[in-house]
Amino acid sequence: MTIELEQHIDPKLFSILEKVSDPEIPVLSIMDMGVVRFAQMVNNIAQIKITPTYSGCPAMDVIGDDIINAFSQENIEAKVSLVLSPAWTTDWITPRGRKALEEYGIAAPLEEDADKEALLGNKKIVKCPQCGSTNTKMISQFGSTACKALFQCEDCLEPFDYFKCLK
Amino acid sequence: MKKENLIQYIYGIADNALILGQRLSELCGHGPNLETDIACTNMALDLLGQTRSYYQYAAHLSGEKVTEDDIAFLRTERQYKNVLLVEQPNTNFAYIITRQFFYDVFHLLLLQELQNSKDETLAAIAKKGIKEVSYHQRFSSDWIKRLGDGTEVSHQKTQEAVNDLWKFTDELFQLTEEDKNAVELGVGVDVSLLKEKYYQIVGEVLEEATLSVPELKWFRKGGKEGIHSEHMGYLLSDLQYMQRTYPNMKW
Repeated sequence: MTIELEQHIDPKLFSILEKVSDPEIPVLSIMDMGVVRFAQMVNNIAQIKITPTYSGCPAMDVIGDDIINAFSQENIEAKVSLVLSPAWTTDWITPRGRKALEEYGIAAPLEEDADKEALLGNKKIVKCPQCGSTNTKMISQFGSTACKALFQCEDCLEPFDYFKCLK
Repeated sequence: MKKENLIQYIYGIADNALILGQRLSELCGHGPNLETDIACTNMALDLLGQTRSYYQYAAHLSGEKVTEDDIAFLRTERQYKNVLLVEQPNTNFAYIITRQFFYDVFHLLLLQELQNSKDETLAAIAKKGIKEVSYHQRFSSDWIKRLGDGTEVSHQKTQEAVNDLWKFTDELFQLTEEDKNAVELGVGVDVSLLKEKYYQIVGEVLEEATLSVPELKWFRKGGKEGIHSEHMGYLLSDLQYMQRTYPNMKW
């Protein structure tokens, strides 16, 4: 476990890493998720460092294995390690990632203050990814995975996941 | 800081997360409704994730042969340093929420200090944990208010839980020898300094929940020294069962 302050990605490794997706949100590549913090060739081995979205995120082990597989298909050996600092934030999800989430049926995270208002039920601002209405309500602060809360649209009545803001 | 002291200091923090995580995991499929069931297991996941980070670090310090699993599954009861509060059983939902609330308030205060630790790894784990634990505290505080200021029965049950679990709160602020050593070296948190703020926050939430603060002068302690309540043995037999029955088994 080491501490890495900035994101260092070798552009040549980008296209390989981009093929790996979050196993729980298959439309989202790990690059769009912002969990890859370091990717460089060192002595012919791709050294990859990833950071967990949440401490207990069970997807991390799978992502690690998937990265190694993706590189081995290109005949490159890869080593994956975990970094904890700086802690992941939803700000690192790219605009393309946010769009992919919405298309997949998950409402993308709001800004911190707005997120609080939404989760406390003070304001109706989370947009239903199905019909676009903001007439939505929170059903549960915790959803199908640690990173999501469960909402329901009061117009189309469809329940949906909201990706919680994490800062 | 001496390695062995640092390892013990890490256990003092991490074992709370492991044991509370285990208690919450027991609720998987048994929560009062689907949403709360999922919430409790989500919190368990956060806590067990934090536990892994701490244990991986402790294992790294211990030398090559020790793994995070050895630390989680192969210690004896006396070697676990968690406070008595977190090992208390899932008696009813009011107890579960009260236990959670009492621990969450402390947990957040602790991590907010630990993020300034001179030990970079502990500081990093704390920073990550703060984001998760703030969420836990919001959840448990909301439920305390909902139950306390709910029906006559929910109020009564929650007040009973508060009265019963109150005696475990003081232990949170006791300093062990490892704590003192870690505080002196700028690695650890002086938990005794968190006490005033803790009771203030807890008091405010209880008041809003129309619950009264117990006037108790006698507190139980011992967990931090490895002297646990009778519930701990049962909990561990459940937690350690697979590793004890099939040594070195892997998923």
